[in-house]
Amino acid sequence: MEWALFLTFALLAGAAAVGMVLQRSPIYSALCLILTFFAQAGLYVLLHAQLIAFVHIIVYAGAIMVLFLFVIMLLDLRPEDHPPVRFGQAGMLLGLILAALLLAELALGIGPRIILGSQGSYDLETLRMLGNTQAVGRILFREYLVPFELTSLILLTAMIGAMVLAKRRPE
Amino acid sequence: MVHGNSQNRFYLLSVNRELRTVNEGFSMENLIWLVPTFPLAGFLVNIFLGRRLARLWVSWVACGAMGISFGVSLGLFFHLINLAPHLRHLEQELFTWIRIADFKAAAGFLLDPLSAVMILVVTGVGFLIHVYSIGYMGEDRDFARFFAYLNLFAFFMLLLVLANNYLLLFVGWEGVGLCSYLLIGFWFERPAAASAAQKAFVVNRVGDAGFLLGLFLIWTTFGTLQYGEVFHQAEGLHGVLTAPAGGGLSVVTWITLALFIGAIGKSAQLPLYVWLPDAMEGPTPVSALIHAATMVTAGIYMVARSSPLYTLAPFSLAVVAWVGALTAIFAATIACVQNDIKRVIAYSTISQLGYMFLGVGVGAFASGIFHLYTHAAFKALLFLGAGAVIHALHHEQDIQRMGGLRPHMRVTAYTFAVGALANAGIFPFAGFWSKDEILFAAFNGGFYVLWFLGLAGAFLTGFYMARLYFLTFEGEYRGDPHHAHDIHDAPPTMGIPLIVLAVCSVVAGFVGIPPEQGPFHQFLAPVLHHGGAAQAAAHGLAVPMAVLSLLVAGAGIGVGYLFYVSVSWRNVPEIWAARLQGLYRVVYHKYYVDEFYQDWVVGPLDRLAFFLWRGFDVAVVDGAVNGVARLMEMGSWGLRRIQTGVVFNYVLSILVGVVIFLGYLVWGR
Amino acid sequence: MVPLWAYLLLSGFLFIVGVVGVATRRNALIIFMSIELMLNAVNLTFVAFSRFLHSLDGHVFVFFVMTVAAAEVVVGLAIIIALFRNMETVNVDEIHLLKG
Repeated sequence: MEWALFLTFALLAGAAAVGMVLQRSPIYSALCLILTFFAQAGLYVLLHAQLIAFVHIIVYAGAIMVLFLFVIMLLDLRPEDHPPVRFGQAGMLLGLILAALLLAELALGIGPRIILGSQGSYDLETLRMLGNTQAVGRILFREYLVPFELTSLILLTAMIGAMVLAKRRPE
Repeated sequence: MVHGNSQNRFYLLSVNRELRTVNEGFSMENLIWLVPTFPLAGFLVNIFLGRRLARLWVSWVACGAMGISFGVSLGLFFHLINLAPHLRHLEQELFTWIRIADFKAAAGFLLDPLSAVMILVVTGVGFLIHVYSIGYMGEDRDFARFFAYLNLFAFFMLLLVLANNYLLLFVGWEGVGLCSYLLIGFWFERPAAASAAQKAFVVNRVGDAGFLLGLFLIWTTFGTLQYGEVFHQAEGLHGVLTAPAGGGLSVVTWITLALFIGAIGKSAQLPLYVWLPDAMEGPTPVSALIHAATMVTAGIYMVARSSPLYTLAPFSLAVVAWVGALTAIFAATIACVQNDIKRVIAYSTISQLGYMFLGVGVGAFASGIFHLYTHAAFKALLFLGAGAVIHALHHEQDIQRMGGLRPHMRVTAYTFAVGALANAGIFPFAGFWSKDEILFAAFNGGFYVLWFLGLAGAFLTGFYMARLYFLTFEGEYRGDPHHAHDIHDAPPTMGIPLIVLAVCSVVAGFVGIPPEQGPFHQFLAPVLHHGGAAQAAAHGLAVPMAVLSLLVAGAGIGVGYLFYVSVSWRNVPEIWAARLQGLYRVVYHKYYVDEFYQDWVVGPLDRLAFFLWRGFDVAVVDGAVNGVARLMEMGSWGLRRIQTGVVFNYVLSILVGVVIFLGYLVWGR
Repeated sequence: MVPLWAYLLLSGFLFIVGVVGVATRRNALIIFMSIELMLNAVNLTFVAFSRFLHSLDGHVFVFFVMTVAAAEVVVGLAIIIALFRNMETVNVDEIHLLKG
């Protein structure tokens, strides 16, 4: 059952990701990416990270992708009229070789070589007792309080930066 | 390591302190930090806001800071007086300053009788000189900068005397050196002032090198720089410390000698005294505060503070005493023939500092500090009086072009006379009690040669002080006739400090009566317990000895009177100068010491520096740097083509890099 | 139970798809989306390791990554808008501003 769900979500995510890269129209690309995110949220749930799953959907699908779609429509971007891939056969070959090498490296690198360190104290039982959100909240506000508060500074900076950049300056 | 006895005492001390804290709710030692903080605050206000504040405000801030600081010092002093003698040791640790592996240095303050006397001198005389400066510097356009530096100096000086460890003392030590540099060169548009400031700074570096070596030795020997720990260990390590270590001298001898080199530089002793006369290029209040009353006495303070170490090193003490005695007479001879009013007083200061070192060198630490304290009053008075004269004569400093000033500036003349008598050591002025005590200690300790040198110096002191006073204030006016009609006394801001200091110069010595047993000495006894104890024996000789030194000093003054006032002897100085022409010229040129240093130390160093600049720095270092830069330029000229500006190319190169790196991780190992 | 390597493999695959997207597409917006995809691939590994190590630190890092990603998107899109306004294109091949 778990395998079935995993394979479904994994295939969905992979296919949607490939679709995003291959689509000519930015709108379709964005929609494909949203599909990937939903599949990924499913994977998070499989990993017992319910809070992350929902935050993921809210932030990515709800906020970031809406922003993308908004910008695409604002700029009124049409599908590219030239082919999406921009090099000849030699370049294509080189790219494929690179990608294959990378995949091979990752597969070989992660497959047999995973060494898990010492186990933490949050096993499934504990999580079930505490509740996923409470557990994450506790660790976030105890051990990572300062970095967590600092992220608000990052967001503030980004907000101001975006306003400054996107503002139309009077001629 | 530590005597059980002293450990117990230490334990008792801390228990007692805790009890008091509980009882009073707050304890006095928590206020020690206030003493240096006010001048620091004054400095910050005046350095940052001074230009925008009115002069009145600047002077109120600066003098107010010193005044409050003096008030706090008085409060602490009376608190100390009210404690039992063995409890007069308040320490306040502010924070851990440096902690590297085993090395730990704390910023902490220590208030005991010795530092209490010092902060009273620094803040008291300092306050008066601040007030005086309002009048003296009134027309200077850098009024605020001057007061800011004065406050900063007071801060560092208080840090120096209040520190409870050698490192913090060294911070203050360097800080006052810096302020001395800034204030000597206060009128830096004048080349003489700028080079005098540099000279003071560089000569002090020589001494500081020795001081630093002393600190390193203390650290490697004791593993700490805290006074209390060092001195308690010194008692326990007696045998180890006094065993011969290097060059036939014991460790503690090396430590104390190295520290004394620092004191030689800071307190202007032979052979590093040359900076002090030149330092007279600074404004006169600076000479009074830094180069007479406080900073130059830091060396004596430091030696007295280290008295537990010095008493373990008889050889170092002998060196201290000899350097002091020789400096005392050497500087006194120069003072007899100088014509610049401030330089005469400067050489007199060097000479008196020599007396202080003579005192501590023969083991009479309390007497040395006593002389430091009386000297602060009368030498500041002399400088401020000289400043008033210079002020009135529109920056005329040559005493040959003065004379007959007494009727025009009575306050200055009479207070100056008091200062001169105190300096000459005439009964009952302050200088008499302290100088006589030092001479007696030298005699009593069996150092007859040193005693004789000191006595001869006393004669010269009487002579040059008489010469200075008579040439300046008596006889007829020999200066610029244009200024003759508008010579008048200084304004009250300058006059009142003169009067206060004159009163101090009279009465300051009375706390030292009877000699070596006075309240002053008993107050200092818990800290300087080694000093004066041995001399208590032969008191039968005390009075005859005092009379003798009084007679000698009086003879000096008498000769001065005959030379410079008496009509029938009018031409005698010239005749004598002509008869002893060779000797006179040598002394007049200050024994050619400056020329000697110029030819044999500064000159070779200059040539070496020139060679290093031209031969090494320009050719080798600059050549290498420029060569590297040219190589980079050539290389980047080729590499510049890679930068296409197309993002895709960058991504591709990152990607290739990632593949190679991961490939190395997966297959490479 | 699905083993760890399966998640890591999927994550690696998504990451490489993102890389390919960045390397091949000319539309700045799609390049941006590919970057988001890469970030998410990393998030997946964080959560997966968290699960198998019985630790929640990975979750916290996912939060931080999300914050950074959000900030990046906001600034990036603002840059793209500014670019489009000035150059009438979002085709990165036609933009050579990085050349010194």
